[in-house]
Amino acid sequence: MAMVIENVTKLVGKDCHIQDISLQFEPGTFNILLGHTLSGKTSLMRLMAGLDRPTKGRILMNGKDLTGISVRKRDVAMVYQQFINYPSMTVYKNIASPLRLAKVAEKEIDHRVREVAEVLRIDALLDRFPNELSGGQQQRTAIARALVKDTELLLLDEPLVNLDYKLREELRIEMRDIFKRRQSIVVYATTEPLEALTLGGNTAVLYEGHLEQFGSTIDVYQSPQSTRIAQAFSDPAMNFVNGRIDSGTLRLGDTKPAPLQHHLQELAPGSYQFGMRPNHLHLQRTSPEDIEFQTTIDLAEISGSETYIHIIHNGHNWTVQQQGIHAYQMGKQIYAYIDPTQLYVFDLDGHRVVSPEHDSAELT
Amino acid sequence: MKFQKRTIGLIIYFILLMLPIYWMLNMSLRTNAEILSVFSFYPKSPTLANYIKIFTDQSWYSGYLNSFYYVSMNVAISLLTALPAAYAFSRYSFLGDKHLFFWLLTNRMAPPAVFLLPFFQLYSTFGLIDTYFAVALAHCLFNVPLAVWVLEGFMSGIPREIDEMAYIDGYSFPRFFLTIFVPLIRTGIGVTAFFLFMFSWVELLFARTLTTTAAKPIAAIMTRTVSASGLDWGLLAAAGILTIVPGALVIWFVRNHLAKGFALGRV
Repeated sequence: MAMVIENVTKLVGKDCHIQDISLQFEPGTFNILLGHTLSGKTSLMRLMAGLDRPTKGRILMNGKDLTGISVRKRDVAMVYQQFINYPSMTVYKNIASPLRLAKVAEKEIDHRVREVAEVLRIDALLDRFPNELSGGQQQRTAIARALVKDTELLLLDEPLVNLDYKLREELRIEMRDIFKRRQSIVVYATTEPLEALTLGGNTAVLYEGHLEQFGSTIDVYQSPQSTRIAQAFSDPAMNFVNGRIDSGTLRLGDTKPAPLQHHLQELAPGSYQFGMRPNHLHLQRTSPEDIEFQTTIDLAEISGSETYIHIIHNGHNWTVQQQGIHAYQMGKQIYAYIDPTQLYVFDLDGHRVVSPEHDSAELT
Repeated sequence: MKFQKRTIGLIIYFILLMLPIYWMLNMSLRTNAEILSVFSFYPKSPTLANYIKIFTDQSWYSGYLNSFYYVSMNVAISLLTALPAAYAFSRYSFLGDKHLFFWLLTNRMAPPAVFLLPFFQLYSTFGLIDTYFAVALAHCLFNVPLAVWVLEGFMSGIPREIDEMAYIDGYSFPRFFLTIFVPLIRTGIGVTAFFLFMFSWVELLFARTLTTTAAKPIAAIMTRTVSASGLDWGLLAAAGILTIVPGALVIWFVRNHLAKGFALGRV
């Protein structure tokens, strides 16, 4: 009993929006579609909802082929990135509208609308019209309307992206709790790695219409199958450096050779790409095993309680994520350090070779 | 000082603008003898005789009623046909949609007089001459394309996601269209109705040619005042003032949305 997407391809004119994607979602699971803009998240959702028809492939729900069935006859709810409500109806009527159409008894409608409104904390606004509400309240209304029907498939297309920062964090945490209690298949599209990590569940990484990796969110984060996934699932993006392994030593770029340890010991000699998360790069030595890079500071960007320091090493642009607010002089020579146990290793084509053993410390 | 100059300029402009209308009002409140004998900026002995004649003489007031009937019919027909057409143009893409949308306007590229002869022949064949329906239908020639253009602009301003949301919620198309979509574009419908009303109300050529007696519009009836003894100036002015009233009323209702309408809904 699950939703199965079978070799689905979607062409629009000559453009390929979705290319041969197969996925399976189980009931009661929370699934994230992660990818940059134009990676095919929305296209895939529209196919799942039945708003568009796949060019090739099938979509099955509990073993039943839904491919050609109109969206009106499907059991689905959707929340858009824009705040979409019916402007001419009050919040109450907006939330009640799917139930009214399903011919639910009036008493039951009232009960369910008030219940879901309370969960989303819009119970005081039921008599207002959508354009009298703030953005966050409008989106809560849209989410309430999607939740009230108890559909077997619930699609959320970047629902928090148009909200301000504070509200987004608040709603994100609330959503995690709301969805935990449901038996539906929840699919949530986002561009933000942090959002995926906060929400948990499973993650499918999309890149230019291809499915790159699907698995539990933490697995995908800890062992990305390719440099593309590593880059998509890291904010700021992962830093890369080419290196060689020869007779028991590791040499990253033009650094001094270092002994192989931990997960690197099994690697065959040869050239590799090494990935370093911005929060693993440091500007001070943290252990004697650290590998030292000579770099130039390009820019220091303050983001909340953290500072992103953009540095250049041999023409590669890297980012170092540092706690606290720091000021750096542009163009200054500085040393950056990485603990070799934190290195992600990919071959030269970008496929995963080995990932660090423990990465869970940063998952809070 | 500068402010005053501007005010004076505006006052002069306003006077120039309103002068013809004022003069017509002035004439309508005087008798023929007074109009022709003395020059005066205001009626010396105001009289409502001209208006009373129009409201009591059946051959006069029926002109207004005739015009009103065919204009209303035309607004109704144009809106009912243009709403679905505009929705199709704004929401779907189909073979040649852009060309069709543009070529809708070709009817406006030729002078209406060109269509006069074929229309007359066609309508006589079907026995439609001298009916309200004939004029209402003839005015669709330029009103339907206009309505499609204006409504399409307003409809394209409504996000497509609302339609999809309604389908996901389970609305059938007619129910969605009437209970959700039409209320959303009610301003657009109001503005469109105003334009349709205006074009049909002031149109004289078709209205006069396709009618003889029973459905004669007011503008055609006004020409009857020409007689052997000359023009009945006062009566003509009063009739003219009365033709302005309905248009002024309609403009009042849509005054805040007119600019958007002139931009064909694309603001």
